[in-house]
Amino acid sequence: MENKFKMKSEALNFYYGDFHALRDINLTFPEKKVTALIGPSGCGKSTYLRCFNRMNDLIKGIKVVGGIYLDNQEIHDHKLDVVELRRRVGMVFQKPNPFPKTIYENIAYAPRIHGLVSKGSEMDDLVEGSLKKAGLWEEVKDRLKSQATALSGGQQQRLCIARALAMEPEVLLMDEPASALDPIATQKIEELIYELKERLTVIIVTHNMQQAARVSDYTAFFYMGELIEVGDTSTIFTNPSVKKTEDYITGRFG
Amino acid sequence: MDKEKRRQQRINRRYRGETIFRACSMMAIVVAAAFLIFFLVDIIRTGYTAFQQTEINVDVVYNQDTVDFPQTAVPDELSDLVSRGFLRLIPNQVEADPELMGTTQNMWILAEAEVDQYIKGKPNKLDEEEIAVVEKLRAEGKIKKFFNKGFFTNGDSKLPEMAGLKSAVIGTLYVLMLTMMFSIPVGVMTAIYLEEFASDNWLTRIIEVNINNLAAIPSIIFGLLGLAIFINIFGVPRSSALAGGLTLSLMTLPVIIISTRASLRSVPDTIRQGAQGVGASPWQVVWHHILPLSLPGIMTGSIIGLAHAMGETAPLLIVGMLAYIPSAPTSITEAATVLPAQIYTWSSDSLRAYTERTALGIIVLLSILLMLNAVAVVLRNKYERKW
Repeated sequence: MENKFKMKSEALNFYYGDFHALRDINLTFPEKKVTALIGPSGCGKSTYLRCFNRMNDLIKGIKVVGGIYLDNQEIHDHKLDVVELRRRVGMVFQKPNPFPKTIYENIAYAPRIHGLVSKGSEMDDLVEGSLKKAGLWEEVKDRLKSQATALSGGQQQRLCIARALAMEPEVLLMDEPASALDPIATQKIEELIYELKERLTVIIVTHNMQQAARVSDYTAFFYMGELIEVGDTSTIFTNPSVKKTEDYITGRFG
Repeated sequence: MDKEKRRQQRINRRYRGETIFRACSMMAIVVAAAFLIFFLVDIIRTGYTAFQQTEINVDVVYNQDTVDFPQTAVPDELSDLVSRGFLRLIPNQVEADPELMGTTQNMWILAEAEVDQYIKGKPNKLDEEEIAVVEKLRAEGKIKKFFNKGFFTNGDSKLPEMAGLKSAVIGTLYVLMLTMMFSIPVGVMTAIYLEEFASDNWLTRIIEVNINNLAAIPSIIFGLLGLAIFINIFGVPRSSALAGGLTLSLMTLPVIIISTRASLRSVPDTIRQGAQGVGASPWQVVWHHILPLSLPGIMTGSIIGLAHAMGETAPLLIVGMLAYIPSAPTSITEAATVLPAQIYTWSSDSLRAYTERTALGIIVLLSILLMLNAVAVVLRNKYERKW
């Protein structure tokens, strides 16, 4: 991975109580590239993803050992505020979870609490820009004041992406963003991811092999809390060096 | 063949069992409904007559003699039939309006309670002579029943015909307002902390268990607690709305905490994660997202808790709110009483004329409670959200 890294983990171990969920994960994420995390259910890839914006902090009884870096800063460092971290590292969840407010409010919420722009036309511009980046503007521009929960599932998920983009994050974490959507909505999300990497670094967890192959530049394969193999997506899918990776990708288990 | 017969028997037995079970449950409903209907019918039958009060048309003489001896202001044969409550106010009336002096006013004035009971066909203590006078008045159309405005505008009185609910209603309003002011903020904040922030350790678990236990403690114990803490230690005036409100707050707290926690828990975690994912601090997550979404549930729970507090009597007896309060309190530290306590006072009075007032008081209390519960149901139906 020749590019400058944006995020990386060093000897990361993660425990849920006594359960050792992640073992010694060393992985770097190049800037403005899409990295896919694949692996069977329960392999720890979602847990790993959630380490990067410290979403796991909310779970009681967890322990993190090892380092995670954003640029060159350790994200558990006291000097780095967790709220600021989550602004710089946005997240999109498996199930679309727009706030039960208006479409406009959904986008404007994060910039407002972070004080990114002032109210009024500046905010309007930011909302419009974010919705355009998420490819949703044309569909919702006439009903910004209507309830976000009235949108279709695919639109809701793009709204959630727009909501994250409104904070102008440097990294976007996506936890199976298309698994609850139909094929057409999925395709739109995938096209969006492709566009997004011009602006930011994307880390995506997916269960869908074809999706990983289509959207990612790099792929990391996880199994039982360990990182088995990582490399160029094309290499991983055509010529994996570990037997287990090949078995998983060809559908022999998982 | 034998097998087939046994099978048929088994099926018949099953049908029989089901029929009996169904009949039993229907019986249970009928019995419960019968009690309820009997109660309501009895209360309404006893109480509806109190909506009207008998008045007598009299010429009232205002002069120096009648100010000194109000008994003489009305014709002699009527002086025992009109309300003493009216007669003793004659000096005050003249003081308020000196023009009255030296005039004779024809007016409808309240009849004495026994006359009222007689006119309503209820047991009374009038002797034959008095009955003859009343019948004469009735024949002349000088005795009539009017809407009982006094019941809603007077305070309690030792004269049944003058007794009203006003001071109890105002006392109840004060007490409920105070209960609301203390128990809702404290209860909601406690619930938010326990549900959203507290870590799961032995201390929070003990607190949780105790809150649940608190909800099951007999209410009279809360009265003793209120007496010991608020009156004896903090020196809150006995019988005051403040003492009652604080005591009922203690009792309502667990209800509000439990219902608030339930409605906070019903907001799905995806909303919390979404908000945290865009960098909202824990407090912002609660304040901007969780609280607005759980507000209808919190309000429903609070209203039900308050309705419960409103019907509560036992703890208030102990803090001295079972009191004779003729004029409505004007501050929270003045002696006050509440609706259920007023009902209790009247029900234990030996004068029969209080019976219908007791029943009407019950009707008023039940109507208010019914209204509060209806508001809670409407809120729940209107704002309930399916996730």
